[in-house]
Amino acid sequence: MSSCFQTLSDYGLRSIGYGERLLPKADITLCEQFVLIGSGMIWNIYFAVLALLLGFFFATVLALGKNSNLFPFSAPCRLFIFIFRGSPLFIQFFFAYDLFVLLPRLGFDIDLGFLVVTVETRWLTKAWLGALMVLFFNTSAYAGEIFYGALRAVPSQDLESADAFGFTGIKKFRRIIWPTMLRLAWPSYTNEAIFMFHATTLVFFTGFPAWQQKGDAIYYASYLADKTFNPFVPYPIVGLYFILLTLLIIGLFGLINRRLNKHLPTNERKRLRFNKYNLIR
Amino acid sequence: MFSYCVDPKTLEGLMWLSCYVTTAKHMSFYFSFLVVMGLLSLAAPLAMAFGFAGATASRSTFRIIRSLGKGYLAMIRGIPDIVFFLFIPIALDQAFEYLRHKVLCSDVTEPIRQGNDFVVCAAAKLPLNTASEWVHDIYGFSLALLAFGFVFGAFAGNVLSGAMAAVPKSQIETGEAYGFSQSQIFRRILIPQMWIYALPGLSNLWMILIKATPLLFLLGIEDIVYWAKELGGIKTGVYEYPHPDWRAWYFGVLMIFYLSLTYLSQSVLDKISTRLSQGQATMAGKAG
Repeated sequence: MSSCFQTLSDYGLRSIGYGERLLPKADITLCEQFVLIGSGMIWNIYFAVLALLLGFFFATVLALGKNSNLFPFSAPCRLFIFIFRGSPLFIQFFFAYDLFVLLPRLGFDIDLGFLVVTVETRWLTKAWLGALMVLFFNTSAYAGEIFYGALRAVPSQDLESADAFGFTGIKKFRRIIWPTMLRLAWPSYTNEAIFMFHATTLVFFTGFPAWQQKGDAIYYASYLADKTFNPFVPYPIVGLYFILLTLLIIGLFGLINRRLNKHLPTNERKRLRFNKYNLIR
Repeated sequence: MFSYCVDPKTLEGLMWLSCYVTTAKHMSFYFSFLVVMGLLSLAAPLAMAFGFAGATASRSTFRIIRSLGKGYLAMIRGIPDIVFFLFIPIALDQAFEYLRHKVLCSDVTEPIRQGNDFVVCAAAKLPLNTASEWVHDIYGFSLALLAFGFVFGAFAGNVLSGAMAAVPKSQIETGEAYGFSQSQIFRRILIPQMWIYALPGLSNLWMILIKATPLLFLLGIEDIVYWAKELGGIKTGVYEYPHPDWRAWYFGVLMIFYLSLTYLSQSVLDKISTRLSQGQATMAGKAG
């Protein structure tokens, strides 16, 4: 058992570059598998949490844009949502990575007169920024479509009541439209959040390289499956971690759902149940 | 391809391009688009079969079958599909070889798992070492196909079981009142009525399936992603058609391919949906 604590301190933060550099090669123990894959989960959580947090706001903007009557606003939002929802995330990663690799060669010199500054675009070819951007755009597009659907479904009586009470502009949006939109969209949005966590497993299998073998959970799982030639241990471990994570998301989003439904009479409150025959993604 | 392509170094402009896009490797690239379509047309019915079995099992009156079915439908919500895509082909491969080893080489007493190795006798290898290249290709593709069927079967099972639950209870009770047996109710009342409820979910699933096809690359199959990487990479002067890093262009082409595929599918599915909701007692039916 004490050796497992040793393993934990060696490999616990391996995925972000702390602790033992060399990965285990032979006689890999169960403990090492659990710790290394768990360490990789840091990346999955990092990608998904940041993409979802940032994407939430951008998605609201996209939904409002798509709903706008003004063509210059609605057209780009529609196009953005179409492109990111209509093509595979897998291809988006490859496309973005190769685009980012080309960027510096296109030239980004800024001439300040007394010196020339070259804008650093190489960060974009690193997973922590480049892949995060792709995931951010992707989840924004999916959530934007969900929010757009909910926005169209806000009951007209609510809007009329808002008008009757003299709510206008920002106030009407913030107090009436936005909360209702969120309440209607929430079950689908929970689904999207779960899918987003699952989508983070694609990052290190696409163009973005795992620098110094700092990879995510599935990167280590496939490494271990390769080394031990036994898929029956590492992949179920990844599965276990993700099941726990999914339950956590459902619990967390359920709490928010309760708050969004708080004002409704008890018999009209919707519990967070998945619309089974209408998977959204 | 063309007669003037003999010495590509002397060519320029459109002539060069016309020779470049008709090389043997590009032909393999175009063929891999057909592989994607083939996968789609085989995986969809397979997934429906898996899904139907899963949904039916989850409604079974036997507890063991029911919990197996429910577990199958539930696990896809918790575990990323990529885990299954990586796990199933290698697990199946080992399972097949293990069984063949037990049957064909029963005289070998050494254990199959020796430390970090998985050792089966030569006769149990799948495909056999002596098999030709295309047998390996077909075998790899079949394993991938099974993985797709399994994963998307679980998704489809969720959709179908939801649709079965959505059929009004009074319909089932009417069947019972007329003295239908359980299997008659299932075949004559439940199944014909559930499709309209299943349609939105199944259309959505079709789109997810289209967008999952590039994952073939993860399974080591020479699919469109493989060829895009291969052809787009930097080609130095030693190649017949030298060019800089063109991968972004190739993946751009793939983006356009998928965008048109999903756009086309969406418009067809919208038509079907309008058609099927005609005369139904729903908002869409009344509006139309």
